[in-house]
Amino acid sequence: MKLTKFTNLLVLGLVLTVAAVGCRKRPEDLSRIPGYKPMTEVAESTNSEYGLTNASGTESTNLGVAYAQSTNDFRTWPENREVFAAYTVHFAFDSSTVRKGEESKLASVADYMKKHAGDAVRVEGYCDERGTAEYNRALGERRALALREGLIHLGISQNMVETISYGFDRPLEPGHNEAAWSKNRRGEFILLTPPAKVAP
Amino acid sequence: MKKFTLFKHAIFVIGLLAFGASAYSQIEITNIQPVGPGLAKPIYLSMTGLTGEAAQVLQFDLYVQGFAFTNAEGAQFLISGSNNGNLQARVTDKYNKGTLVAKAYSGGSIRRQVHAFADDFVQAIGRKGIAQTKIAFRGDAGAESEIYIADFDGANAQAVTRDHSLVVAPCWVPGHLALFYTSYKLNHPDIFYHNLSTGERKTFARYGGSNLSPAVSPDGSKVAMILSKDGWTDLYVCNIDGSGLLRLTKSPQDESSPCWSPDSKWICYAAKDHERRTLSKIPATGGTARVIRTGGTGSPTEPDWSPDGKWIAFTTLYRDFQICVVPADGGEATVLVEGEDPSWAPNSRTLICTRRTAGRTVLSLLDVPTKQVKDISRFSGSSSQSQPSWAR
Repeated sequence: MKLTKFTNLLVLGLVLTVAAVGCRKRPEDLSRIPGYKPMTEVAESTNSEYGLTNASGTESTNLGVAYAQSTNDFRTWPENREVFAAYTVHFAFDSSTVRKGEESKLASVADYMKKHAGDAVRVEGYCDERGTAEYNRALGERRALALREGLIHLGISQNMVETISYGFDRPLEPGHNEAAWSKNRRGEFILLTPPAKVAP
Repeated sequence: MKKFTLFKHAIFVIGLLAFGASAYSQIEITNIQPVGPGLAKPIYLSMTGLTGEAAQVLQFDLYVQGFAFTNAEGAQFLISGSNNGNLQARVTDKYNKGTLVAKAYSGGSIRRQVHAFADDFVQAIGRKGIAQTKIAFRGDAGAESEIYIADFDGANAQAVTRDHSLVVAPCWVPGHLALFYTSYKLNHPDIFYHNLSTGERKTFARYGGSNLSPAVSPDGSKVAMILSKDGWTDLYVCNIDGSGLLRLTKSPQDESSPCWSPDSKWICYAAKDHERRTLSKIPATGGTARVIRTGGTGSPTEPDWSPDGKWIAFTTLYRDFQICVVPADGGEATVLVEGEDPSWAPNSRTLICTRRTAGRTVLSLLDVPTKQVKDISRFSGSSSQSQPSWAR
């Protein structure tokens, strides 16, 4: 019974995947993501055997790593999870393709962003619990990337859209059934506003 | 004709006995049979004189390395000793009356002494001991996770991060008390290098997008990882100091969970080949990926290459998760037990993996040849444990 349901899902997932192959963009066409400054920290106290690191970090630039650095480090930008809450995009099992029925949500987010120039958006990709940890972390990132690509195609600057994957961590619904899984396979948009704009 | 064959057999048996009596390590040949993973019989032991924690620790240590305990009649090796204060222990071989180990231990806890004895015994029969090795893993408490390290049996678990965020996917630097892992501390999944001796840590990969699944090469010179900075999740490799970043894959499909061949020349990872999930390997210097056949199983992920180079352990996806092994060159895979995310011990026979149970995950040890499996029950500080990495 469980297996049958699962097989159905598998077939559905396969059909959707195959259907999506035609319109999936090749990586060459994709938009690069600017990076961030490296950071070093040393434990304040090393009284424990393994030197627990609870120190606050210091920015460091001497690591010899060439990063394409972002002009904006969004870490200091206040986030607003309410504005786009209604536009959370849901995905099919094991798929990072934005379904036709979900595209209007992308358009709504893009419209808002165009009217609020200077704001940024973070796209968070999530998965259901089926699948292994790191596989899902990569899948969640591809969901976020697919939505980011959608926003860029709708005219949003690629420097103002960042992505994060949470994999199967932080599910919306704790259940172990399709009702919960379908809600957990999602991409959320979080509005980020420049720190100066928040001050009254 | 028939007589002659019988005669030949008699000579062979006498020869084997004579040879066996001269070297303990050779006796073991009778137990190493060319059987597939999961089909070997355990080596039987008996134990007298050890009590309480000492007896429990020894039974655990040896069970997960392919031994089983029985009475003196059924045992090949007889363990005797005492643990009043310090441990004294002796192992004799029942068949030739030889003594393999006779030793008194002092210093440290009784647990440490028993681990040392377990290693002495295992090494005396020609194997690599693992009872004094360490593991790293992800421990969850509420919505947060931190990286922990512990003895291989779960004792002395200690958090090494306090990021109050998600910290995941630890990986040891071979031969060093140092880890790579992904932490969301800076609002973003970045790969950190963490020297556990000095407490120093630094961001290793803080590229745009997600920085995932670090894996250090066995020679310690390179790190493989999954990055999305170029707009898709692909496999990358760079030098241990972060320089020389090289993108190894550029496909419209997906890659995850890199691991290394023991000679540090190949990176094996979960991939897709014509919409079919596979394990693949690619030269660490770049080149063409090759599919590693995992016959008899579907959707392989989370490969880990055994230190002796012979096997790749992995997880099958889409059913209940199962731990499988396949010859490193590919072939028919063997499904072993329920579990996911396997990591090999230095002995190339014991695996540590994650098992989902009643809304949480636990770590489990598996002896591949005998399929003997045991959950690690004792942990403090976290309610759920996963993503183990065995120090080697």
